[in-house]
Amino acid sequence: MFSRRAILQAGGAGALALAMRPWPSLAANAPGVTDTEIKIGQTMPYSGPASAYGVIGRTEAAYFKMVNEQGGVNGRKINLISLDDGYSPPKTVEQIRRLVEQEQVALIFNSLGTAPNSAIRDYLNENKVPQLFVATGASKFGDPEHFPWTMGYNPSYQTEARIYAKHVLATKPEAKIGVLYQNDDFGKDYLIGMKDVFGAKYAAMVVKEASYETSEPTVDSQIIDLQSSGADTFVIAATPKFAAQALRKAYDVGWKPLEYLTNVSVSVSSVLKPAGLEKCVGALTGAYEKEPTDPRWKDDPGMQTWRDFMNKYMPDASQTDDNISYAYGAAATMAQVLKQCGADLSRERIMKEAANLKDFALPVLLPGMTLNTSPTNYNPIRQMQLSRFTGQSWELFGSVITG
Amino acid sequence: MPETRPAATLERPGFSRARLAAIGLALVCLLALPFAASGYQTFQLSQVVIYAIALLGLNLLTGVNGQISLGHGAFFAIGGYVAAILIVKFGLAYGAAIPIAGLVCFAAGFLFGLPALRLGGIHLALATFALAMATPQLLKFKAFDAYTGGVQGLLLAKPKTPLGLPLTRDQWLYFLCLACAIPLFWAAANLVNSRIGRALVAIRDHQIAAETMGVDAALYKTTTFGVSAAYTGVAGALMSLIVGFVSPDSFGLFLSLSLLVGIVVGGLASIPGVVVGALFIEFIPNFADRLSDVLGESAKAAPWAIYGILLISIMYAMPSGAAGAARKLAQAVVWRKGGR
Repeated sequence: MFSRRAILQAGGAGALALAMRPWPSLAANAPGVTDTEIKIGQTMPYSGPASAYGVIGRTEAAYFKMVNEQGGVNGRKINLISLDDGYSPPKTVEQIRRLVEQEQVALIFNSLGTAPNSAIRDYLNENKVPQLFVATGASKFGDPEHFPWTMGYNPSYQTEARIYAKHVLATKPEAKIGVLYQNDDFGKDYLIGMKDVFGAKYAAMVVKEASYETSEPTVDSQIIDLQSSGADTFVIAATPKFAAQALRKAYDVGWKPLEYLTNVSVSVSSVLKPAGLEKCVGALTGAYEKEPTDPRWKDDPGMQTWRDFMNKYMPDASQTDDNISYAYGAAATMAQVLKQCGADLSRERIMKEAANLKDFALPVLLPGMTLNTSPTNYNPIRQMQLSRFTGQSWELFGSVITG
Repeated sequence: MPETRPAATLERPGFSRARLAAIGLALVCLLALPFAASGYQTFQLSQVVIYAIALLGLNLLTGVNGQISLGHGAFFAIGGYVAAILIVKFGLAYGAAIPIAGLVCFAAGFLFGLPALRLGGIHLALATFALAMATPQLLKFKAFDAYTGGVQGLLLAKPKTPLGLPLTRDQWLYFLCLACAIPLFWAAANLVNSRIGRALVAIRDHQIAAETMGVDAALYKTTTFGVSAAYTGVAGALMSLIVGFVSPDSFGLFLSLSLLVGIVVGGLASIPGVVVGALFIEFIPNFADRLSDVLGESAKAAPWAIYGILLISIMYAMPSGAAGAARKLAQAVVWRKGGR
């Protein structure tokens, strides 16, 4: 039997607990965190035009299943609630609100797409919910000054451009550069990245910028302009179809520049073959992940870990899909952040640890490459290694460059 | 013959006492709902109200006037973008941006209605389908970038509750949506029950006969297109306000198809039916998603299969939509009460 006093005391304590629940001042765990579980959420395009990326969410769920079977993170299991947004921003907003307000997740992890993430960034920052490791290369998601609760993951296009610029400065400081860029945020990010590195020398080094619209049938006239500008180095910030045209036309008009090709357009089958393999020999690009199909990683211990995971947890999935190795890396990074938090799983602490990754290595990244973040650096992957096209495949060379 | 009376009353257009009572009760519920719901649920309710407005617009065109549109997502997009651009780029108050979005869409719809006059049935469906396909691409068009924000879209600051009203932002936005919806519903009900409404139905049922009766079919059809687009545009403007973001990806082809599904599920030409349609658009995909999670862990690809099955079952059970089913049910009750 409970005495009346005990019931009253319990009631009082309960009322106090209720009164204290929203945003207690210190060291309270985030919503969604219990003694046995950490609930996290994300949106993924499982349906609609971008549904090919849905495999990222499935891989991450499988990764956390593995973590949980191995005992979880500091004794807690990770419960990922992954909802379909069909790549439609209004749906993303609705689903994210469901995750935050109804499911009460601790954080949002690796939601996919530039537009969907743009739509939820204000809401999540306003409510101080971590928006971690967004799955897009847009550089605007690494802006700790204005959006302290949002952190990027993919190397941004600007990072990539900085790496090319650094390589130019190191190997060919007298280069005269011509740039072909798509006239949108993607293309312009390359100009910004190069300006970062060249600084005052930009005007002297970049002798010609030529832009194209995606509605144009070819970029032939831009290539002729670039050639006649006297450029000896050619940066191609173009999507696959236009990159193929650029490579072919540059070769056909007898222009022999040193070519830097955006890693958006490095597919041998859909870019280099249509351009003509022999016309692309010597082109350079930046890489950061171990290409699952590359025979050089056949016996690589890191990729072997990944293949073991695939065999056990995703036996039906294709082991040639680099979205899967990407998702594996992102999930491992998430688990690392939660591990670093130890027993304090407040949202503040989670964000602090996300900004405190120090030389964290992933088995799916190229050797020598690590993730680093700090309170002023919200771009975890800032390194790439250059590779050169041999006429058959891409071959890595040199060392890892930080952009 | 007292037993046939209630049935006749149900069928009669206009506002009987029972109907007024039902509308009053619904209004009270609508006003009370956000105080019982969480912020997220209130947000969903606002979306339901918005979809209901858009469906109402489409239903005037397709249900009442018989012009099929697979492209109302385009007017939804235009409304959303006009409001967003006016607010973000021109600093206009959102209260002014919403009616302007409606007017712009009226003009766009009216103009689109002119070539639509030459197209009937399936051809019109294809033409509007093309409109829905083209709109997201046009929104990305370089020349408009300075206004539309290109592929990046536009972010809107969410409106705050004015005048120190004791409402959360979600509740305020919900009431804003409702404040737009109620006059629009009232106007639509009056329109449908008026001489104009009967002319629209006459055109739908037999255009040549209607013209013989002196109905100016061309004028009525283009104007209906305009009004319908205006309704949908207002809905789009409200959506961009409550979501706080517009981008070309927000207005995909699927939106247009969803709207058509909504009016068919709710019942063609039925005004209360659009509310059912809106509930369907808002909640059934989520429900299917959850159901597929229950069914198995690798079922992430299945929600749309489940959605399809649900849709087919509903259409099988209620071939003339929720409105038709309600009518049948009411008739059955009356028939049984009357003892044959």
